[in-house]
Amino acid sequence: MLRDRSTLALAIVMVALVVAGPFLPAWLRFVGTVALANALAVLGLLLLIRTGLVSFGQGLYYCIGGYAAGVGGKDLGLTDAFALLALGIVASGIISAILGLLLCRYREIFFAMFSMAFSMILYGLLSKSQKLGSTDGFNVVTPTFLGYAPDGANVKVWVFGLAVVLAFGVGIVLHQHLRSGMGYASEAVRDNEIRVEYLGVSAQYVVWWKYVLAAVLAALGGGIQALASGHVGPEMAYWTTSGEFVFIALLGGTAHVGAIISAAVIFEFIKTWVTQISPYTWQMFLGIVLLVIIMFLPKGLWSLLARMRRAS
Amino acid sequence: MRHQHCCMPSVKHILCAATLSLAAALPAAAQEFKLGVVTFLSGQAAGPFGIPAKNAAEITVDAINAGALPAPYNKKGIAGMPVKMILVDENGGPSKQVTEYRNLVERDKADAVIGYVSSGDCLAIAPVADELKKLTILFDCGAPRVFEEKDYKYVFRTRPHGAMDNVAAARYVADILPNVKKVNGINQNYAWGQDSWEDFTKSMAKLKPGVEVGTSQMPKLGAGTYSSEISALLLNDAQLVHSSFWGADLESFIQQAKARGLYDKQLLVLTAGEPSMFRLANEIPDGAVIGARGPFGVFAPDNALNRWFRDAYQKKFDSPPSYASYVMSQAILGLKAAAEKAMAKNPKPSGEDIVTALEKLEFEAPSGTVKMSLAKGHQAVQENAIGRFKLQGGKATIVDVKRYPPECVNPPEGTTAAKWIEAGFPGAKC
Repeated sequence: MLRDRSTLALAIVMVALVVAGPFLPAWLRFVGTVALANALAVLGLLLLIRTGLVSFGQGLYYCIGGYAAGVGGKDLGLTDAFALLALGIVASGIISAILGLLLCRYREIFFAMFSMAFSMILYGLLSKSQKLGSTDGFNVVTPTFLGYAPDGANVKVWVFGLAVVLAFGVGIVLHQHLRSGMGYASEAVRDNEIRVEYLGVSAQYVVWWKYVLAAVLAALGGGIQALASGHVGPEMAYWTTSGEFVFIALLGGTAHVGAIISAAVIFEFIKTWVTQISPYTWQMFLGIVLLVIIMFLPKGLWSLLARMRRAS
Repeated sequence: MRHQHCCMPSVKHILCAATLSLAAALPAAAQEFKLGVVTFLSGQAAGPFGIPAKNAAEITVDAINAGALPAPYNKKGIAGMPVKMILVDENGGPSKQVTEYRNLVERDKADAVIGYVSSGDCLAIAPVADELKKLTILFDCGAPRVFEEKDYKYVFRTRPHGAMDNVAAARYVADILPNVKKVNGINQNYAWGQDSWEDFTKSMAKLKPGVEVGTSQMPKLGAGTYSSEISALLLNDAQLVHSSFWGADLESFIQQAKARGLYDKQLLVLTAGEPSMFRLANEIPDGAVIGARGPFGVFAPDNALNRWFRDAYQKKFDSPPSYASYVMSQAILGLKAAAEKAMAKNPKPSGEDIVTALEKLEFEAPSGTVKMSLAKGHQAVQENAIGRFKLQGGKATIVDVKRYPPECVNPPEGTTAAKWIEAGFPGAKC
């Protein structure tokens, strides 16, 4: 497996980041954690985009992952980070398995709209539930790690480490997956569903699986985000959150998992950088970046690398 | 390492030492108090709250740096240092705000942070402030639960929390409508609207037992059109309609309800109506009950600080300051008052010294005296004032003002606002 250059590169960066974690400036580490949490959700989106589907509803599972971690700490008394994340995985797995039965029948804009609608339903429900803090949300417990409770600021070092391992670990697995039979089935569904069916593979089955996997990855991302920022709120399920994930996927391009992870990091840095230099018009800056990418690099930043390789 | 080379010969040695000592002296001379200010600069809450608050921060900081404030704030700077403001947009949700807060404290090395209109942001920021041990003042958010759920050491709120808005409104209504039987409500369907309506109806139930709820309409935030809600309100013949609407929603509702003749039948009670009252001068019916979430804006007392504040604001921005402006200025003055108290003990106070000084502090603001008396000295109480709208000579004014002392409309220490209202305001001194 390590003979593959991409896998090796991902593994090296992962180890380097985990080792560097405690020495990074705290704010940088935090921005990194948030970026990697988003990267997990967008890696899920990558699976769907490879299948020819754009989901505007990754926020649904991102929010479920976050709230599962929050409720697990608040009402079930759990503090272990792995248990809190596992709750999100189970919850999102069950819900996506059910919703997936409906969604796997739809394609294109209908899939996008349906996925968004379900996300907005959760947003509406959470905004009305005063038990869960309504639109204000609620705070999440400080996590422990398999019985170990780091003190004060060290918690965030651990959460960062966890985010790195999960994002890059998932990246490595996905990279393998995309080159497996099931991975190529995605692209086959995107290119020609009828042919796929003639080959004896159910296109709906493929879509259902990808949808569930994408959901679980989004929930992992939401869980990490909740543990990092210490707060969850219904805006995690709002369509703009899902829109941000689509933005990141466009920014990086879907050619490689590395594109997604780096785009998530770049996006988070652009966002905090423009907030700082232009507090009144930072949203406009983000919009301009998106426009420029779509107009000049429709295959994302990753296509620059490919171009350079071809040139040399 | 280059400086070893520089320090070898004796002449260079001296030059080197001189440069070094100059370098050491420079940061001390240029030392400033970095103040992070976070408020809505974009989005729905920017117009009614964010920008007026930012404006107030600008004039207050400028006056502090020029030493132009009236006593007791006539000394220049905060803790003897000129103030440098770092402005951050609050838009983008709590998790983005946590990122930006960490950037402010850890990257930009802010000495203190004042901010947050949204209660969700306040809730998310408070534990982070304690983690980073950074003095943080929540200037505008209303939800009582921020300090009811947990104690914080580094977090303060220099404005009263939101429970008193509706307790005072209920007391006022009970006074002017002694025979009130039925109340209607229209509030936005989010935490603020839900809490406001709950506080109001529960307070009414205690003050006037047997009061019924006609209908409670909860359109979503930013809905913009309210025709079906207004129909529902008209169908329920209550004596009043309570609303915690603000900003564009309030303006749309007022105009649409006017066209349908709602005000001829039901008294309008607007707990957060003050910021919109001037723009809507010709739309709000005479007699409507108006609150400003405290003794702010038109309800502010006549004192030297308030005269300075109103003049300076009017002069620079050509409009009167609203309650968001008052609470921002008040937060900065609270910080300055605490820093000065800390300087009495230590001429160069640390952040910790200022935190200790701000606990249980009593200070003066354009809105009168602010007492940091709840939540172990971290939550302010103030009096509240409610009045009725009257158009006089084409100008929006407030008449029949009633003032409620802090102990009358705020829960005592050791209980939560909801429990206090539920129990019928035990210990209230009116």
